[in-house]
Amino acid sequence: MTVVPSSLRDSSVVAWRNLLNIKRNPDWLLSGTVQPIMFVLLFAFVFGGSLGGGRYREFLIAGIFVQTVAFNSSFTVIGLTNDLQKGIVDRFRALPMSRVAVLLGRTSSDLAVSLLSVVIMSLCGLLIGWRLRGDPTDVLTGYLVLLLFSFAMSWVGAFIGLISRTVEVAQSAGLLWLFPVTFISSVFVSAESMPTPLRVFARWNPITVNADALRELFGNPIRVGTPPPSSWPAEHAIPYAVVSSLLIIAVFVPLSVARYRRVASR
Amino acid sequence: MTSATAISAESLVKTFGANRALDGVELSARKGRVLGLLGPNGAGKTTAVRILTTLLRPDSGSASVAGHDVLTEPNAVRRSIGLSGQYAAVDENLTGRENLYMVGRLYGMNRPDARKRAGELLDGFQLGEAGDRIAKGYSGGMRRRLDLAGALVARPPVVMLDEPTTGLDPRGRMDTWRLIAELVDDGTTVLLTTQYLEEADALADTIAVIDHGRVIANGTSNELKALVGGERLELVVDEAAEMDTAAEVLAGIGTGTPRVDTQSRRLQVAVNDGSKSLVEAVRWLGESGIEVHDVGLHRPTLDDAFLSLTGKPTEVSGNGATAGAAGSEGLATAESGERGGRQ
Repeated sequence: MTVVPSSLRDSSVVAWRNLLNIKRNPDWLLSGTVQPIMFVLLFAFVFGGSLGGGRYREFLIAGIFVQTVAFNSSFTVIGLTNDLQKGIVDRFRALPMSRVAVLLGRTSSDLAVSLLSVVIMSLCGLLIGWRLRGDPTDVLTGYLVLLLFSFAMSWVGAFIGLISRTVEVAQSAGLLWLFPVTFISSVFVSAESMPTPLRVFARWNPITVNADALRELFGNPIRVGTPPPSSWPAEHAIPYAVVSSLLIIAVFVPLSVARYRRVASR
Repeated sequence: MTSATAISAESLVKTFGANRALDGVELSARKGRVLGLLGPNGAGKTTAVRILTTLLRPDSGSASVAGHDVLTEPNAVRRSIGLSGQYAAVDENLTGRENLYMVGRLYGMNRPDARKRAGELLDGFQLGEAGDRIAKGYSGGMRRRLDLAGALVARPPVVMLDEPTTGLDPRGRMDTWRLIAELVDDGTTVLLTTQYLEEADALADTIAVIDHGRVIANGTSNELKALVGGERLELVVDEAAEMDTAAEVLAGIGTGTPRVDTQSRRLQVAVNDGSKSLVEAVRWLGESGIEVHDVGLHRPTLDDAFLSLTGKPTEVSGNGATAGAAGSEGLATAESGERGGRQ
C-alpha cells in the first residue's frame, strides 16, 4: 500500500470517529451554530443603524463568515486536547497508522462543522437582506476560498492544541489570539481609518483579505462610508487570500505533525 | 537478542527533568511467555512500557520488540504490538463495536474484516450484548475488557498490558486474569506491569522487580518467592504462658526459626506447603491443648518483597503502600479460591 492512500484512509477513519462524537454530543455544535447567528444579528442591528443600514449589513456578512470560520479553529484545539487528555491519542500513536491521520482527521471533521456554520450563516444573512449578487461560478469560488481559509485556520488550532500544556491553557489560548486578529481587520469596519501600525497589520491580515475576496466574489460592497482601499493586498484580494491560506497550511501542517510525533499524553 | 526473544531492553535511561524515571533498565521476555514488571507507583513501569510501545524515546539504551528496533523501526513495532493502558483509552462516545472497528481499520484491515473481528472480540470478551451501546454507559470492568479487546484486534504477537487490573473489583480482576491466561495459551508474548505480587505470581513466567527506575530483582516467581520468603504461618495464642510450646510446634512445621512477638502474643514461621502446614499446626496445637486466638496463612505482599529486596518498605506515600498491601491481600484470598476450584 502506498503512503498517500493509507494516510488518507486513516484520516477518514479518524474523521468518521470525530463526526460520530459530534453526532452523539450535539451540544458541541452550539458555538458552531448559535454563535454565528448571534454575531450576524448583533453586528447587523447594533452597528448597522449608525454604519450604513442595509448596505452595511450586506458589507458585514462576508466578514462575519470569515470571523466565524476563524473562531471555529478553537474546536480543533479543544477536540485535540480532549483526545490527548483521555489517552486516546496514546492509543492512536501506538497503532501502525499514519502520523498525520489524527490531525488531518480532526481538521477534516472540523471543516465539516465549519461548512454547517457557513450554511446557517448564509440562511441567516439572506433573512436580513444580504444577497449573493455575483455569478454562480464566482459565488461557488467564494465559498471554496472561505472553506480553504477555514481548513488553514484549523491547522493553526491543531498546533496550539499540541503545544499547550493543559486543557485549560489550550482552551483560552485557542480563543484569545483570535480577538485581535479578527478585529484588526476589515471584518466590521474599514481598516483605512485605523492608526498606522494597525492599518498596516489589517491590510495584510489574511482575515481582511479573505473578507475582501468574498465580498468581491459575492458582489457585495467592498467598503462602506470610506473610499475603496488602494493597497496591494486589497487590489489582489482573491489570489492573496488563496496564497495566504496555502502558506498557513504549508507552515502549520509540518509544524503540527512534528509536534504530534513527540507529544506526551497529559 | 536471539530469535526466541520477543522483548528485550538494554540499559534504558529516561529522565524527566531531575527525575531519573529509568536508570539503566534491562528486560528480556521469551516468545510466548509472560514477563511481569512489578513495582510500586512511580517505579518506572509505565515509562518502560511507553518506550517499548514507541510512545516515548529513551535518552539512551536500546530496545526491540518482536525483532524490530523500537527506535529505528517504530512502525514495524507498532504492527506487532497491542497496548492496553493503565486507564482504559476507549472512546466513550462510540459503541464498543465502533471502538473495535475503528482500531481494526487503523491496523489496516478492510471494512468487512474489521467488522468481523470486532464481532468476534465482543463475543469473546462478554460484550456481545453491550456491543451496540455507547461505551459511556459501561462499567469500569467492561471498559477495561473493551480496552483489552482493542489491544488484540490485530492478533499481535506481543501484547503490553499496563496495570490491567488496577481499579478493578476482585471479580473484574479474575476475569482479566483468565483472559490473559487464554492469550498466553494462544502463544502471545505478554508484558504485564503490576503493583501486585500475587498478580505477577499468578500470570508471569518471569518477573522483573523495578524500583526507582532500576531492576532490583529478576527471576521466576519461585526464585523471587524464595528471595522474599514465601508464605508464612501466623498465629496468636490466648495465654502468654503457652508461647514457648507454640513456638516449638511451629519450629517443627515451618522451614525456619519462628519469629515471636511476646507483646501481641503473635508467632510467625515461614512454611513451604501453606494449607498442609496450616492443618498440621492446628492439629498439633490442639493436641498440646493450646488455645489459639487467631491463625492464618500470610502471603508475601509487595511490601514484604521490597522489604526483603531493598531492606526498606515501598517508598510511595504511606497511604499508597498501605493501599497496595491491602489490595494484595484481597487478591491472595481470591487467588486461593481459584486454586481451590482447580484442584
